[in-house]
Amino acid sequence: MSGKVTNGAGGSGDGGDGSEGTPELDAAFFARWMTAAADAVAREADRLTELDSAIGDSDHGGNMRRGFEAVREELGEEVPATPGAVLMTAGRKLVSTVGGASGPLYGTLLRRAGKALGSAERVSREELAGALRTGIDAVAQLGGAVAGDKTMLDALFPAVEALADSGGKDFEAARTAAEQGAEETVPLQARKGRASYLGERSIGHQDPGATSAALLVAALAEADTAVEPEGDADGTGSAQGGSGGSE
Amino acid sequence: MRMLINVPESVVPDALRGMAAAHPELTVDVDRRVVMRRDAPVDGKVALVSGGGSGHEPLHGGFVGPGMLDAACPGEIFTSPVPDQMVAAAAAVDSGEGVLFIVKNYTGDVLNFDMAAELAEDEGVRIGKVLVEDDVAVTDSTHTAGRRGTGATLFVEKIAGALAAEGAPLEQVEAVARQVAGSSRSFGVALSPCSTPAKGGPMFELPPGELELGVGIHGEPGRERRAMMTAGEIADFAVDAVLEDLQPEEPVLALVNGMGATPLLELYGFCGEVHRVLAERRIPVARTLVGNYVTSLDMAGASVTLCRADEELLRLWDAPVRTPGLRWGV
Repeated sequence: MSGKVTNGAGGSGDGGDGSEGTPELDAAFFARWMTAAADAVAREADRLTELDSAIGDSDHGGNMRRGFEAVREELGEEVPATPGAVLMTAGRKLVSTVGGASGPLYGTLLRRAGKALGSAERVSREELAGALRTGIDAVAQLGGAVAGDKTMLDALFPAVEALADSGGKDFEAARTAAEQGAEETVPLQARKGRASYLGERSIGHQDPGATSAALLVAALAEADTAVEPEGDADGTGSAQGGSGGSE
Repeated sequence: MRMLINVPESVVPDALRGMAAAHPELTVDVDRRVVMRRDAPVDGKVALVSGGGSGHEPLHGGFVGPGMLDAACPGEIFTSPVPDQMVAAAAAVDSGEGVLFIVKNYTGDVLNFDMAAELAEDEGVRIGKVLVEDDVAVTDSTHTAGRRGTGATLFVEKIAGALAAEGAPLEQVEAVARQVAGSSRSFGVALSPCSTPAKGGPMFELPPGELELGVGIHGEPGRERRAMMTAGEIADFAVDAVLEDLQPEEPVLALVNGMGATPLLELYGFCGEVHRVLAERRIPVARTLVGNYVTSLDMAGASVTLCRADEELLRLWDAPVRTPGLRWGV
């Protein structure tokens, strides 16, 4: 079963337990992730805009909603054959529709993660974690930001750490870490993006980018607990697998 | 807040349809969101492409035409355009002589234009790039995204556009654009906040009786908030802030720019004060432009942009230009 463990980008090489590297996640899972993200962004768009109006220019919710609705539409027409292709398609769509800094940054996150997954038809959770790390590093490089700059990275870094700590398995831990990371941007002073012009006045507000990034991570956990259409993907150890209620 | 719109979602395409109706000399692609010279590509000419969030009109679409831009890419309100727009624009206006991207220094604009440059180059278009970062209200430091691009964009687009119209090669057009960007500095003030259609109300709070010194063109804060000042006091503060950074030894080009909701009567009054301060500092003013050119929706206030201008820059400034927002000599 675990014979096809390709060495994802991370190459962390920690000796996992039995289910290490089972390639259980298929393109449908990744499409569910993107759809769940679109749902979350649509649901929270007003809140994102509200947060953005405090330290930005009040358009983050609208821009992200426009982008993820376009992703939903694209994937609704045809789901690409591989996990990597799903993420690359979604990333390209975000670049083409979001605008602002968020378009290139979220687009790069998904495109680079998708590229790291290669052309495998199924990937393991570890590989997903490694690919996310690759995507997040690319975002950091593109935006020139580091942890603590009050950006989306303050949600993404802790999420991918939590994911790595569990050998890529614990999406719920990643969600919690991302949400906590986003909340912890409140006392920070922005050093990148438009909020940086506020200087000390950016302190006391939660970063909208970190908040939308946490939604993307939460959607990963939601995709994991959602019902699979044809639950044949063995779903080895994941206790949450196929737990019913799709919403 | 009452706005002369249909629905907030369609403000940008609605305005583009209106531009198309008013300016048959332009090609306005409403779906792809590109405004172009109808006669593009112009044989043997380097093309200039700019763009940015909407809400700063006439920048950039209003500066498309002979002697200035070949194409402009309007984004959503205060949101940078997407790479597809600039790639489409570059492909449409390139005559084979190359394309200069004029980019204001905001994270989103920089990232989207960079991606577009890469894609356009893949398609065989030669791309030059100039970054406009003239706003002295925020310092260029590692603690911010750097200086913002504001009023100097007009100087760059006009002067580089004039040189391109003379048939200069891409390297020269890019060099003069950089020279203008490097020789220009700005400082703005807000007397009232702006309101975006999506929000339907003010983007930030500015208590009555106060002004924001060093405001950006998206209502971003600058240096400090103070009790309301007179036009003369504001001119002293703004011009000194610019001069501190610019230290001109040549005459200057001056732009006294309205933010959108300040009447021309007030702008001319302010312009008189700007000239008074410059005279006191013994800086000769070679040319002055007054009006609403780089705006921030319905914000009240003004900005001052000064550019150290040698004879060549002045010659290019005086060259003919024919666009919806700026026209002379034709």
